[in-house]
Amino acid sequence: MMAQNQPDTTRTQAGAVISASNLSLTFETNDGPVHALKDVDLTINKGEFVSFIGPSGCGKTTFLRVLADLEQPTDGTVSVNGMTPREARRKRAYGFVFQAAGLYPWRTIAGNIKLPLEIMGIPKAEQKQLVEEVLDLVHLSGFENKFPWQLSGGMQQRASIARALSFQADILLMDEPFGALDEIVRDHLNEQLLELWAKTNKTIGFVTHSIPEAVYLSTKIVVMSPRPGRVTEVIESPLPRERPLDIRESPEFLELAHRVREGLRAGHEDDV
Amino acid sequence: MRNFVPILTVTLVIFALWYAFAIVLNKNWAYDKATRGGYELSFSELVADTWSQKKPRLPTPDQVAGEIWKSTGAAAVKKWNRSEGKPLFERISKVLNDKRNLIRHAWLTLSATLLGFIFGTGLGILLAVGIVHNRAMNNSVMPWVITSQTIPILALAPMIIVVLNAVGVSGLVPKAIISAYLSFFPVVVGMVKGLRSPDAMQLDQMRTWFASKSQVFWKLRLPSSVPYLFTSLKIGVAASLVGAIVGELTISQNGGLGARMLQGNYYGATLTIWSALIVAAALAAILVSLVGLAERITKKRMGFVS
Repeated sequence: MMAQNQPDTTRTQAGAVISASNLSLTFETNDGPVHALKDVDLTINKGEFVSFIGPSGCGKTTFLRVLADLEQPTDGTVSVNGMTPREARRKRAYGFVFQAAGLYPWRTIAGNIKLPLEIMGIPKAEQKQLVEEVLDLVHLSGFENKFPWQLSGGMQQRASIARALSFQADILLMDEPFGALDEIVRDHLNEQLLELWAKTNKTIGFVTHSIPEAVYLSTKIVVMSPRPGRVTEVIESPLPRERPLDIRESPEFLELAHRVREGLRAGHEDDV
Repeated sequence: MRNFVPILTVTLVIFALWYAFAIVLNKNWAYDKATRGGYELSFSELVADTWSQKKPRLPTPDQVAGEIWKSTGAAAVKKWNRSEGKPLFERISKVLNDKRNLIRHAWLTLSATLLGFIFGTGLGILLAVGIVHNRAMNNSVMPWVITSQTIPILALAPMIIVVLNAVGVSGLVPKAIISAYLSFFPVVVGMVKGLRSPDAMQLDQMRTWFASKSQVFWKLRLPSSVPYLFTSLKIGVAASLVGAIVGELTISQNGGLGARMLQGNYYGATLTIWSALIVAAALAAILVSLVGLAERITKKRMGFVS
């Protein structure tokens, strides 16, 4: 009961963590301009788990990269924790998880997780403690001194999530983090990610092209469509925050998945 | 030792060809001697003669091995015995300073090689760091680096030595500089590639942590370049040895394997040339395998698995 009540109070207390209005991004290419994002308006509140779903080229990754200050919008405004993305990046307001784990082969798991902490100049003793905490969060305690090649793909991605969490940013941006993993591992990691989210109460932005993944994880699903990249629908999930794996066979789940699929088809109809 | 049989086969074939060529190349001299002496040569006498001439066009492997032993171990023993009764330190220094000993020449070449290798590697790494971090350097330095290697080193070596002599630098350093001139190139090329090897995702990742340029360099670029560096070092160390030998062909008065080759050339002493050549080749093999060993140890410790 506690777990179910608590998030609701935080949701009402806090306002928008991420907000974008009229956000557009056009890439100039040799074949003319490509509208990666066009007039995107979106608000993400504290503690929400927001999935971005859509076919490739819909700008879901680009949007995440704009939030992370890895791409510069050509028009519109965006704020992250009340700051510009650049300021947010400087203040280390978010952790970013890429599709590949990208662990350094010459560093141990602990060494890899320490990397951002070293860069941020956090004292050694504190580093050690933070590493222990996040390793515990992703269930990798005991693997500190292993090298990345000694771990499975799923474990490597968990280590990379731990690394993104290590400096305790309250926003976690994830760009298809489980896209390269097989279904069984993916299910397992999805479950663990929800558990982690419940424990830490982070605000999570999650890019995926798997409908079940988006429905299972999110409190809010942002459906996007390509050419130009835009938001076609924002679906608030009616599912409770506590979600066992078998919720995926419930009628609510299936209905929500159906809605997402319809939304994707609507934004895509001119292509098929 | 799965490779043992193939390696042995190749070696045996090379040796067989070598002995065969020795007969072909040295037979004229054997026939000349026979004509002048007015006797007939049977085939076995021909073979025996071509494999044991004093100044053969092509000495046989056993002749070269004999010559190497004569000018290294045997020479040292001789010096040692001759200085009997003298203090120990003097005896050792007599052996070490024997101008006829090939070991001393090899050491002279090796020291110039190593010094040049260190210079060249250092210069190569510095240039690569500059090229990777500075657009102007990338556009201006790289063409010169490539041009530098198109000039035949044999033509350049005497000039380097004359110029350095004019500013009062002589001895080991000029040779080392020629070595460095040859060995910096592979290091620049390899390190530029290595420092640029981190992919876009890894660089983005560093950006999300607001890492400074120097942090990206020390924590990502430099460690990523290690495998590339070692590949370059293997080529570089062999090039260094060639550089030192070329230097010794120009300043032969100080000795060294290059000087021995030159000396052999003057007197038509093919055995001297070949023994210096073989020692140089062995030195190169040892140096390259030492770099290879360092590579294996470093990569293993850094967790790079092949």
